[in-house]
Amino acid sequence: MAEKSLMKGNEALAEAALRAGCKCFFGYPITPQTEISAYLSKRMPKVGGTFLQAESEVAAINMVYGCASSGIRCMTSSSSPGISLKTEGISYIAGADLPCVVINVQRGGPGLGGIQPSQADYWQVTHALGHGDFHALVFAPASVQEMVDTVTKAFDLSDEFRMPAVILADGLLGQMMEPVQFDDAEIKLSDASNKPWAANGHGNKRKHNIINSLYLQPDQLEDKVVERFKRYEKVKAEHSEAVADYCDDAETVVIAYGSTARLAKSAVEAARKSGIKAGIIRPVTLWPFPVKQIQKACENAKNVLVVEMSMGQMIDDVKLALNCSKPVEFYGRTGGIIPKPAEILAKIKEMGGKD
Amino acid sequence: MSAVKFIIITGHYGCGKTNVAVNIALKLASEGVKVTVVDLDVVNPYFRTADFKELLESLGAELIAPMYANSNLDIPALDFDLTSMKEREGYIIIDVGGDDEGAKALGRFLPVLKDGNSVMLYVINKYRYLTRTPDEALELMRDIEAASGLKCTGIINNSNLGSETDRQTVINSLPYADTLSKISGLPVTANCCKEEHSADIPNAFAVNVYVKKLWEEDIR
Repeated sequence: MAEKSLMKGNEALAEAALRAGCKCFFGYPITPQTEISAYLSKRMPKVGGTFLQAESEVAAINMVYGCASSGIRCMTSSSSPGISLKTEGISYIAGADLPCVVINVQRGGPGLGGIQPSQADYWQVTHALGHGDFHALVFAPASVQEMVDTVTKAFDLSDEFRMPAVILADGLLGQMMEPVQFDDAEIKLSDASNKPWAANGHGNKRKHNIINSLYLQPDQLEDKVVERFKRYEKVKAEHSEAVADYCDDAETVVIAYGSTARLAKSAVEAARKSGIKAGIIRPVTLWPFPVKQIQKACENAKNVLVVEMSMGQMIDDVKLALNCSKPVEFYGRTGGIIPKPAEILAKIKEMGGKD
Repeated sequence: MSAVKFIIITGHYGCGKTNVAVNIALKLASEGVKVTVVDLDVVNPYFRTADFKELLESLGAELIAPMYANSNLDIPALDFDLTSMKEREGYIIIDVGGDDEGAKALGRFLPVLKDGNSVMLYVINKYRYLTRTPDEALELMRDIEAASGLKCTGIINNSNLGSETDRQTVINSLPYADTLSKISGLPVTANCCKEEHSADIPNAFAVNVYVKKLWEEDIR
């Protein structure tokens, strides 16, 4: 293992992508994710890859569409307003069963919103990342080191299941600095990185491959979508992830993801110190949503608190996961305001714990 | 040559310039010296000197920050002039944005800063990418000098790994700072470390960590 470095979340995402074998990056600058582009513009040419600043977010995602079609590991990144522009391209990529990684370092919305951190794109990324029946893998890391570890996993699973993968960060994770360690061992590409379906030149030696999302016959399109959803069932069964702490005897279980989970964990630990039985479960994958893990973590809970940097979006999936069997309350801040641990602690106390 | 008025803090993006600037300001202020801190960061959207307005003011130091700092308006606008600050009592500490991009903001104030009345301290962190070796750190220092039109006058070794920094982290960085000193011809003005790590560290400057994450704060 190499010596630790101090890195910004955005830089770490970029370096991790290079180490995961990402050979092409197409992007367009937007705060608070621009360091990803800035870093790759310097480093990508040195590893023989291509960095391209497109003329717009729409162009960038369509370059990803083309690049992914040829079987090359590729990535784009943006922040909330820019992701909205990319959704058409993401839908085409999903419709053509192509792998790629998209990073969203969320900021306040709607519209241009603001440049401070936010988690208000949860609904978009998990439920409507473009038109049509499809899903993307969605990862929600909570530290700079976890962002590094997630990038490789996102590329691997994206290749394996031939679907786009999104890393959902936020301005706080993107901008903050933490020590990170990279594994210096040579990257082993998974078997799925061998892509016989790729449109990369047949040299008159094999039948040509066609990459397309258009189906002229509705029954063919239905078959294709149904086949895709069978794949999704496998992803749901095998790849949902969550981390639970202090949940075994918890009377109040807090559910939060990403940087908000770090803030909520501080509040839970402070609650424990004052004698309140609080626990926390952090979804690591948002799609597939860790339904079973949440059910287990909340088994002995009297009530559940969802904390988000939004007006409350993931709370809907939590209620579905629990089939409304427990009271689920919400605490959130929005518009770029970060919920403070003390505010979360006050809410935990209000929910029936003792002072 | 007039007495030093401006202390310019420059360095690689994320090397800890802001924490160094705040610590120098608080040290001087606690000694009864008048201090004005200028947030000249035109690069960073978050984590900047403007975050420490209350802390600085509580110790009698004044903060001057761009009117849009920490707002949603992400534009490199500076709505103040350093020229008039020359007349102020005490020291003016200037916290510059990272890299040569951030240092460009100094160029506009060159006539007042070139008057022989400023020192420019180059802050380094061995654990940051792109300045991990003395050669890389020197290359960036030259870029900053070219962009700002000013020459660095000293090195501040602020090598740290954030919350994981211990005494060994500091000790391991000393040869790095010394080598940069040799190849640049500049003195190591200070080696920054926490008070409890400072025993036998040459030119130790005891710093507190003010740039903290929300979950590192005490709550009750």
